Amino acid sequence: MILQALTFYLLAAVTLASGVMVISARNPVHSVLFLILAFFNSAGLFVLMGAEFLAMIMVIVYVGAVAVLFLFVVMMLDINFAELRQGFLQYLPVGGLVGLIMLVELLLILGGWAIQPQAAAVAAAPTPAVANVSNTEALGALLYTRYIYLFQAAGIVLLIAMIGAIVLTLRTREGVRKQSISQQVSRRREDAVEVKEVTSGSGI
Amino acid sequence: MEVTLGHYLTVAAILFTLGIFGIFLNRKNVIIILMSIELMLLAVNINLVAFSTHLNDLVGQVFAMFVLTVAAAEAAIGLAILVVYFRNRGTIAVEDINMMKG
Repeated sequence: MILQALTFYLLAAVTLASGVMVISARNPVHSVLFLILAFFNSAGLFVLMGAEFLAMIMVIVYVGAVAVLFLFVVMMLDINFAELRQGFLQYLPVGGLVGLIMLVELLLILGGWAIQPQAAAVAAAPTPAVANVSNTEALGALLYTRYIYLFQAAGIVLLIAMIGAIVLTLRTREGVRKQSISQQVSRRREDAVEVKEVTSGSGI
Repeated sequence: MEVTLGHYLTVAAILFTLGIFGIFLNRKNVIIILMSIELMLLAVNINLVAFSTHLNDLVGQVFAMFVLTVAAAEAAIGLAILVVYFRNRGTIAVEDINMMKG
């Protein structure tokens, strides 16, 4: 039990510290790297809670896809980030005030909240015992049966996002010479060579 | 030293607040704002999974997966818009994004 508590405090502390670094790092590349650290540690928190499938999905989707996407964009755009940081201290008081109010409100909710005793009995899909069915198996059995339409909708959302990103960033440049193989292959002798009758003594 | 639901909810609450704070703090830099939104979605996911595992209801984890999907789609589209904007204007400062005069 003490080991679980120690692990929790370690993971939570690193998650929160890297969250602070994400929003306060001078270099955006460092921000992205701290974001990756925060995702890794929250994946650890998920494992600690017993949601190991979601933890692995977290590492694959967030660290493997989203954070790398951020890293690419930060590195490819040629931006003067020092200029963007001007006014950082100017926004600190109002941002701190809003953040503090938000945190106090959330903690007040946490303080005055209780779970109804019959809440576990009315669960929509009670988790089967881990000894019988693993987390991944239980999640799959639920996702592919009762939530199949939502699952398909999620797939459509990802498809639209993919097509949207491609359409937005694709550009056809003018004046670039490229090899068109189909055009080369479909070219006939008649298109390329012309035979002219030339009478002797006069030019074409 | 028992780790309870309240512990996880506190972590999620602080992480969510950090996300909001980050949006206010980096008002000029769209990339950091997008990262702050990712932090907030992460906090929401921690909340969903914490309730799901402590109340023995698997639906929360299903829902967290859909939140993850939407977060990934949002990051992809947001960064694509950012790249297009940078290509057209040569800057990503938020206060320069006023062509539509909204």
